[in-house]
Amino acid sequence: MSIRTIMLIMLIAGTVRAVQASQYVSLWPLPQKVKILDLSFKLTSFNIVDAKESSAGSSCSLLQDAYRRYYEYMFGIAKRQGPRKSRLTGPSELTELQVWITSPDSECDGYPSVTSDESYELSVDLPYAVLKAPKVWGALHGLETFSQLVYEDQYGAVSISDFPRFAHRGILLDSSRHFLPLKVILANLETMAMNKFNVFHWHIVDDQSFPYLSRTFPQLSQQGAYHPYTHVYTPADVKMVIEFGRLRGIRVVPEFDTPGHTQSWGKGQKDLLTPCYSGSKPSGSFGPVNPILNTTYDFMSQFFKEISTVFPDAYVHLGGDEVDFTCWKSNPDIQKFMDQQGYGQDYKKLESFYIQKLLDIVTTTHKGYMIWQEVFDNGVKLKPDTVVHVWIGGGANEEMGKVTAAGYTTILSAPWYLDYISYAQDWQKYYKVEPLDFDGTEEQKKLVIGGEACLWGEYVDATNLTPRLWPRASAVAERLWSAKDVTDINDAFNRLSVHRCRMVA
Amino acid sequence: VAAANFGRYTRPKFNLVLLIILQLSLHTVEGVWPLPQSFTSSTERYPLNPKAFYFGYGRQSAAQQDCSVLDAAFKRYFSLIFPDYTSDNLSVSAGQASLNAETVWGALRGLETFSQLVYQDDFGTYFVNKTEIDDFPRFQFRGILLDTSRHYLPVQAILKTLDAMAYSKFNVFHWHIVDDPSFPYQSRTFPDLSSTGAFHPMTHIYTQSDVRRVISHARLWGIRVLPEFDSPGHTQSWGKGQSDLLTPCYRGSTPSGTFGPVNPVLPSTYQFMARLFKEVSSVFPDSYIHLGGDEVDFSCWKSNPDVRAFMQKMGFGGDFTKLEAFYMEKIVNITSALKKTSIVWQDVFDYHERVMLHIWKGTPASYKEELSRMTKAGMRVLLAAPWYINHIAYGQDWRNYYTVQPLNFSGTEEQKKLVIGGEVCMWGEYVDATNLTPRLWPRASAAAERLWSDEKQTSSVDEAFPRLQDFRCKLVRRGIRAEPLHVGHCKHEYQGV
Repeated sequence: MSIRTIMLIMLIAGTVRAVQASQYVSLWPLPQKVKILDLSFKLTSFNIVDAKESSAGSSCSLLQDAYRRYYEYMFGIAKRQGPRKSRLTGPSELTELQVWITSPDSECDGYPSVTSDESYELSVDLPYAVLKAPKVWGALHGLETFSQLVYEDQYGAVSISDFPRFAHRGILLDSSRHFLPLKVILANLETMAMNKFNVFHWHIVDDQSFPYLSRTFPQLSQQGAYHPYTHVYTPADVKMVIEFGRLRGIRVVPEFDTPGHTQSWGKGQKDLLTPCYSGSKPSGSFGPVNPILNTTYDFMSQFFKEISTVFPDAYVHLGGDEVDFTCWKSNPDIQKFMDQQGYGQDYKKLESFYIQKLLDIVTTTHKGYMIWQEVFDNGVKLKPDTVVHVWIGGGANEEMGKVTAAGYTTILSAPWYLDYISYAQDWQKYYKVEPLDFDGTEEQKKLVIGGEACLWGEYVDATNLTPRLWPRASAVAERLWSAKDVTDINDAFNRLSVHRCRMVA
Repeated sequence: VAAANFGRYTRPKFNLVLLIILQLSLHTVEGVWPLPQSFTSSTERYPLNPKAFYFGYGRQSAAQQDCSVLDAAFKRYFSLIFPDYTSDNLSVSAGQASLNAETVWGALRGLETFSQLVYQDDFGTYFVNKTEIDDFPRFQFRGILLDTSRHYLPVQAILKTLDAMAYSKFNVFHWHIVDDPSFPYQSRTFPDLSSTGAFHPMTHIYTQSDVRRVISHARLWGIRVLPEFDSPGHTQSWGKGQSDLLTPCYRGSTPSGTFGPVNPVLPSTYQFMARLFKEVSSVFPDSYIHLGGDEVDFSCWKSNPDVRAFMQKMGFGGDFTKLEAFYMEKIVNITSALKKTSIVWQDVFDYHERVMLHIWKGTPASYKEELSRMTKAGMRVLLAAPWYINHIAYGQDWRNYYTVQPLNFSGTEEQKKLVIGGEVCMWGEYVDATNLTPRLWPRASAAAERLWSDEKQTSSVDEAFPRLQDFRCKLVRRGIRAEPLHVGHCKHEYQGV
């Protein structure tokens, strides 16, 4: 029985209607332009090579690594299953995929950025298939697409021209509510690449634990991690994540969320958090980062200096969400400061005061910053290249309108909180989201650079991360990559079912 | 509350006493789950030396060396208790613990409890506190349902689930083995059923030896395997390999090409069922068999002229429930003759004595009413309705499973005795080996305690939380991919992917 029939039969499991073959076979996300012709080829003693004219050669480890990886994906399964009888008739044999980086600067040894060119063209035809891309980032995506065609066992003549609709296509993982062992982070990066995601938003620390081992302030994780040896990310671990991501065209954007969400920071850094008061005496508990002490800003300077050297991406995410003012209100020194500054009872002004100083600090490290929407909503003065992250459900559309009207680039997460699980096929509601569905001009809509699927960690760790995130995040992947009019949910179901089995394999 | 001797096994009861006297140090073991009926422990603790520790048969024990169940259990529990220790050097130690049980099944439960009492300090030394435990289950029947038709579950996944069941003292594996989407059970008598009805005739089937493996693995854990061959509904996959079994649906006066439930009017149906159940009752040694009987859609029967004619002949009028009851009774007679007691879903409100009802529908209001009604009619019942844990939701939904009160319905004491137990159901529409384990555990463990422990002692969700969290870390340590309850960490995290 052919593999294809096997796959189709396997997929009738647990679904209301049977999976049918899509005319786009099982490509996911759907490329911008696909033309599949009726000829079919046999792949024998196949090779992936650099085209003669390519600006990237054998010294480009990013591509060489990828060739090996994709070869294993495509033919590894076949090898494990033993030699098959060839079912395809016809004398045409395809022996080679040539990869041709057309731009003089392939960016092979560089890091991906929000402005990277991720486009590619794939043409599968005799005598050899050709993958053309201006930069290596497009080549990586083209290899993924090619491997999806081969998996389907129906590698016919194909002509594909592809590029992403949105430049920022991210996944947020939370390694503070639960520690995530390195293996699961790396496996997730692998799966992201199969879905053409290109940003790993690493929400690395928060209230519950501080697993990031800082060179400058090692006591942060010493005191703040769930366990100082077994539940930390060493500098080597972090390097590994960054490089593993780079080789897959994935940016690693760290988030160090302040002034709220910082309970774990205070364990290793005394005086960083605001002491809360019960009447006139300290209560023993602590609140957000203390915005009135100079030591706070000295600390942040040194800390973010380190972060800017450890993480090569052009952006850091600074958080700024859900700041609870009750502790600040209770503290007499803060009350005095508020009076001095003339803020009255408006603690949003104090929050903005802190954020402003923080943003200025981060600017000196030559990084752009991303912030959660509250920072924008509270009227903080932001640099023009700030990315505003819209996450609050209910009213997200208006927010998108407001943020873009103010001229800031924005990314959308509000409808894509994948940690909110529910029974049955909820991937459909993620698929149906249209990020540009808000009132605004064409210019405004251009400021929406993409979105992120968030998997907050309150109920997630290595035991259930992978099945909880995938394939539901794949729905978001297509929404962010494919054209706006790719909305046929039935066709999506057919392709996604196969794509899911492919990811399992 | 537990009923009298029942099924194959006597009620497992055991007590556990630890007598060694050594140093004093403060530690409380959180995660003993389910909570034993009577549990006294002190802070006095004793170190355990894996080199010197061994399980032995007491001199007065009716079971001795060569008792397969206990020999295997000793070996298994040794590595569960000392996960860092790999050799099995045995010699005599100074102190002694004693575990008394009426049967080996009780001993298994006691070994599980003992294994949960042992803990390690930060340096890796093993300890157990001075403890005295008297334990027995509140309910006899504590089951987990797995559905291997909506998705095929590899045998390994089933065996792993059995292991995890034993850790929570579940004792029945309800194997919903076939259904509409696929027929993976490879029948000796009717091999076409799986060769045409399985998702794949080679890779997605359970051979006779697979089934034997599951049954023997379960037996060594003290777990019964209850097979379910659901009919007359839920049988689409049966029709592929057994033509004429299913009712042909009609559109007007011609067959439409589709098929409905099992055809209750043909004698060939009952000949087939008799042969199939003869095989099933010899393959599966448990004295119970689940016949299904749920969600029968009458529209196809209605459309078929032969069925309508039969209805006339039998004087059923337009009442298809009578036809369904007619069919079910014939099947129950078949299985009765094979000396099996039948369990059916509540849809079949029958009156046969060798029948037990499985209540699965609805909100507390409706299932409580059903419990009252069924027990009033003198029927024994199993409760599944509040434990459909395939219905996932955001947050700590384990609390809903924990706070179920199975006997909180209006009825006499006698009636309440007819509630034999309950079952956690993990239907397979959205579940396969990629997500079965984290979806099942530790949420099913919440139900496990409800079915084993004393309700008064286990009514506080707040008290249960730290224990269940700790127990969950134990499961992870044992290689069970149990998902987290809430924020936090385990000393030993899950290292797989």
